[in-house]
Amino acid sequence: MPQTVDEIPITPMNTVDSSIVKTGAWRAFRPICDNSRCIKCWTCWKFCPDVSISISEEGPVFDYDHCKGCGICAEVCPVKCIEMVPESK
Amino acid sequence: MVKELLTGNKATAYGAMYARAQVIAAYPITPQTTIVERIADLISEGRMHAKYVKVESEHSAMAASVAASNTGARAFTATSAHGLALMHEVLMWAAGARTPCVLVNVNRAMGPPWSVWADHQDAMAERDTGVIQFWCENNQEIFDTVIMAYKVAEDHDVMLPAMINQDAFYLSHTSEPVDLPDQEAVDGYLPPLDPMVKLDVEDPKGFGSLIMPPQYMEFRAHMARSMDNAREKIRKADREWEELTGRSYGGMMDMYRCEDAEFVLFGAGTMMSTAKDVVDELRKENRRVGIARLRVFRPFPVDEVRYLADRVHALGVMDRTYTFGRGGPLYNEVNGQLYNHSNRPPTKNYVIGVGGRDVRPKHIRALFDDIERVSKEGYGDEGEIHWWGLLDGTTPEVEK
Repeated sequence: MPQTVDEIPITPMNTVDSSIVKTGAWRAFRPICDNSRCIKCWTCWKFCPDVSISISEEGPVFDYDHCKGCGICAEVCPVKCIEMVPESK
Repeated sequence: MVKELLTGNKATAYGAMYARAQVIAAYPITPQTTIVERIADLISEGRMHAKYVKVESEHSAMAASVAASNTGARAFTATSAHGLALMHEVLMWAAGARTPCVLVNVNRAMGPPWSVWADHQDAMAERDTGVIQFWCENNQEIFDTVIMAYKVAEDHDVMLPAMINQDAFYLSHTSEPVDLPDQEAVDGYLPPLDPMVKLDVEDPKGFGSLIMPPQYMEFRAHMARSMDNAREKIRKADREWEELTGRSYGGMMDMYRCEDAEFVLFGAGTMMSTAKDVVDELRKENRRVGIARLRVFRPFPVDEVRYLADRVHALGVMDRTYTFGRGGPLYNEVNGQLYNHSNRPPTKNYVIGVGGRDVRPKHIRALFDDIERVSKEGYGDEGEIHWWGLLDGTTPEVEK
């Protein structure tokens, strides 16, 4: 709801958790992991700049609501088991 | 109260100490460096209690100040010329984020040609950032203004950063006696910062968030309104400082013998001290002259300029810099504020003292002669803008 000059806060602020702001729609390429080849080193988890990879027994779990498809995980994977697949497919 | 012999830079450091600045972002640049050096000494001597952050650039110095201010701490930094230019983006941020940090800028010419001497281009180029700008003419005023600047900046009706300007070398490296009040008196004048919002892990917020077109204008209008509010807060801070110390700087403008003056020169910084002495001499010769010294550039002293326009026969505006394209910044401001005013005396722009060229009593005397001539005979072929003292013979009675 728009606020008047008298109503706005002194500085622009977010008071909502960024987890509810879904930014995954920006993505052009989607990371897909071949878990059969994953060595569970978690380099992808450590490098993900958007905290969109979590750890599971099977392999990395991607949070597609927030992953922007930058491809860093695929680039740093030592066994190259993450593939960037076009969203158009 | 004690009296000490202090350079402008030491007076600045003492001002930060007496204001109880809590975070110092330090990066060296001539002629500012001895400010942050002296603050480092004051901290190591145990006289000042602050976190001293050595940063890697002026951009980072201002960013550290904003971040400190966001946590509710009183932040201080200092710079000059190219350092201030590098801060430009973060000055915009500090103002928009409404963080009441204070910085001292030692006015120095911009290169090239490379120069470290007094010139007002660095600060005046930051006109539109939303930073309050104070201007000083002596070391006592610098010390006093650091404390007053926090009082104005942190007022909840203002909440904007403030910059204090002092001329390179004429003040920064020149010693003058400075009265230092009792710390308790300063504490009574300047209570601890009371932030309106701050970073708090118990109550998380994200600062500087995206604002869509239907709301952005409200935030900028709020800033504009707050900057307008600063005028009355500056006058009030000046009155209260006078009650405490006996010293006033005229509120929004320092007017010297202007009440009955027919010809007034308006300008900023140390050259106006010289000009005041010349006014005393000319008054003995029965010439009704006065000096209006810029005390605050942002917000602009609109009422004070119009007060002068109601009285004088002509107004000379001295700019220690130039806006490439047309006129000095003070000249353009003065003319802008007078167009919609009923009294519009002739105004003339004197671009003078650029890059630290000395402004001497005889130059001020010649300016008064010139502005009086303009009021009687008009501008003539020369027009409204005169680069005073160029080595081409266009200025009367100036030696090569």
